[in-house]
Amino acid sequence: MNVTWRRVKDRIMLALAALMGIIILVPVVGMLWLVVSHALPALSFGLFTQVTVGTGGGLANAIVGTFYVVGLGILIAAPLGIMAGVYVGEVNPGSSIAQFVRFTTDVLAGVPSIVIGYFGYVTLVLGLGWGFSTLAGAIALALIGIPYVVRSTETALSKVPRGMREASLALGASQTTTIWRVTLREALPGVVTGVLLALSIAIGETAPLLYTAGWSNYMPNLRLTHAPIGYLTYVVWTFINEPFASANSLAYAAGLLLLILIVIVNVAARRIVARSRMGR
Amino acid sequence: MATPGKVPILDRAMRVATGIVAGGALVAMLAIFVFLLRDSWPSIQYNGGHFLTGITWNIGNLYGNSMSSHNGVQAPAGATYGILPFILGTLLSSLIAVVLAVPLAVGIGLLLVEYLPRRLGDSLSFIVEMLAGIPSVVIGLWGLAVLIPWIGRDFGPWLQAVLGFIPIFRGPVGSGQGLLASGLVLAVMITPIIAATTRDVLRQTPRETKEGALGLGLTRWEMIRAVSLPWSASGIFGAVILGLGRALGETMAVLMVSGSAVNYLPQNIFSPIGTMAATIVSQLDSAMTDPTGMAVHALAEIALVLFVMSVVVNVPARILLSSAVRRGGDAQ
Repeated sequence: MNVTWRRVKDRIMLALAALMGIIILVPVVGMLWLVVSHALPALSFGLFTQVTVGTGGGLANAIVGTFYVVGLGILIAAPLGIMAGVYVGEVNPGSSIAQFVRFTTDVLAGVPSIVIGYFGYVTLVLGLGWGFSTLAGAIALALIGIPYVVRSTETALSKVPRGMREASLALGASQTTTIWRVTLREALPGVVTGVLLALSIAIGETAPLLYTAGWSNYMPNLRLTHAPIGYLTYVVWTFINEPFASANSLAYAAGLLLLILIVIVNVAARRIVARSRMGR
Repeated sequence: MATPGKVPILDRAMRVATGIVAGGALVAMLAIFVFLLRDSWPSIQYNGGHFLTGITWNIGNLYGNSMSSHNGVQAPAGATYGILPFILGTLLSSLIAVVLAVPLAVGIGLLLVEYLPRRLGDSLSFIVEMLAGIPSVVIGLWGLAVLIPWIGRDFGPWLQAVLGFIPIFRGPVGSGQGLLASGLVLAVMITPIIAATTRDVLRQTPRETKEGALGLGLTRWEMIRAVSLPWSASGIFGAVILGLGRALGETMAVLMVSGSAVNYLPQNIFSPIGTMAATIVSQLDSAMTDPTGMAVHALAEIALVLFVMSVVVNVPARILLSSAVRRGGDAQ
């Protein structure tokens, strides 16, 4: 084959790959521009102090509600996910049980969030009679987030040098002490990254919450059950379809707040990964 | 490692506790299946196989006294629950998404691993990960405000003019809501997932083989063709199925741009559609008005079908991916 043609072909393929990289920028830039440009006029102090009234008002109830449901969900997901990750990555890593757990965890991660939401609706909202409630929403979000915590914890644990464990065990520390004070501590950046990933997914979820948390115009109270709760993603979905400009700007404002939260969580995760790499 | 008999109580408790929690994923999967099956049982009895092949979704006359009865189960008069349009809507929109996303994602994966210098690659990686993190309602917002008018006014008519000789591109473009908009929105959502996994799989290609190929005088593209892609093929395929699984179950973004069609099979690429996931949300309010509860049971059956579908798609994807990554691990 002709050498020049081979070179040309190489260039064409590079150009095609570069084109793909540019194409994917279009929706990212487009979304940021759309949300920011439409949300800026709606930004005001009242957004953070007033609750939604009909199709207007502020977002205070949705902001607090998002923090409440998502925070509670992560509070459930993090310890359970880390424990399962410890089992798979540290207690019994090479076993076929661990492999099976890994597999089911991955498949659970692939179950559509709406299905998890409907499951929560059938079991918690109707079955246990909790009604649309904070706790039902938090448990649904936890089920969605746990697989990510498990896998990140396991990966982080598997990268801890074996010598550290052996040194600790040789000094007479029990396995539990070794995991708690040596391996988990060493793996902490990876574990935290997994929790942040689950957090970022939970912040952006809508469908499972529609079926478990419901929606409320009021500020959240501390009741875990029998009280529906508001959240930001609901505002984006419903208020964009209202025929009123005030409702539409609220939807964009909620979208902007969501994007800001996601960026903060993502940047934090990146920082942690970068710092732990530098430390090595 | 100490023998089982000598394990201190604390350690044994820790092992048992973490083991029980680790089994939770399996328990959750089984519980989801059992509870959805239980809740959809009346609908399964009432509809039989017609559920999957029927075209009409009609929750019946809620105000009359008469009832329809099948297999001893009662539903409002005239109620029929057929979800074929939703199954087709789900499959077709996901198919469009995968067809569009695969070249994008593989191109981006190659850029990240083979072509771009470290700095630039890191920035593109960050952007792709950001896109993966954008909430689906925000992507739906963009679809609604930007994509739909663009399809309705510009892209749709253009597509019709250029590809109109193919039947699926013929027919009225309408407002822009429908199958094409759903496919595009889904493509945007699954591209970062496939790209990130493709990047990780491509990185496992042994460096010596790649350098050997370049040393023999192959161009970079020939090296990719001869070494990187064959080495990563099964992993990339797994990533694509993973993306397909995500597309099948995506709810909000599709709900916002699909046109939420019922009782209507998609005729062409511009047809309004409804997907299974989106229908579970869009039909809940009307289903809850059914005093017999049959409409809600039918929604549960949609969720059950979707659950089974996601398991069927994810199991092979995970098997492919785990063997691809293990092979990479051995090579290092």
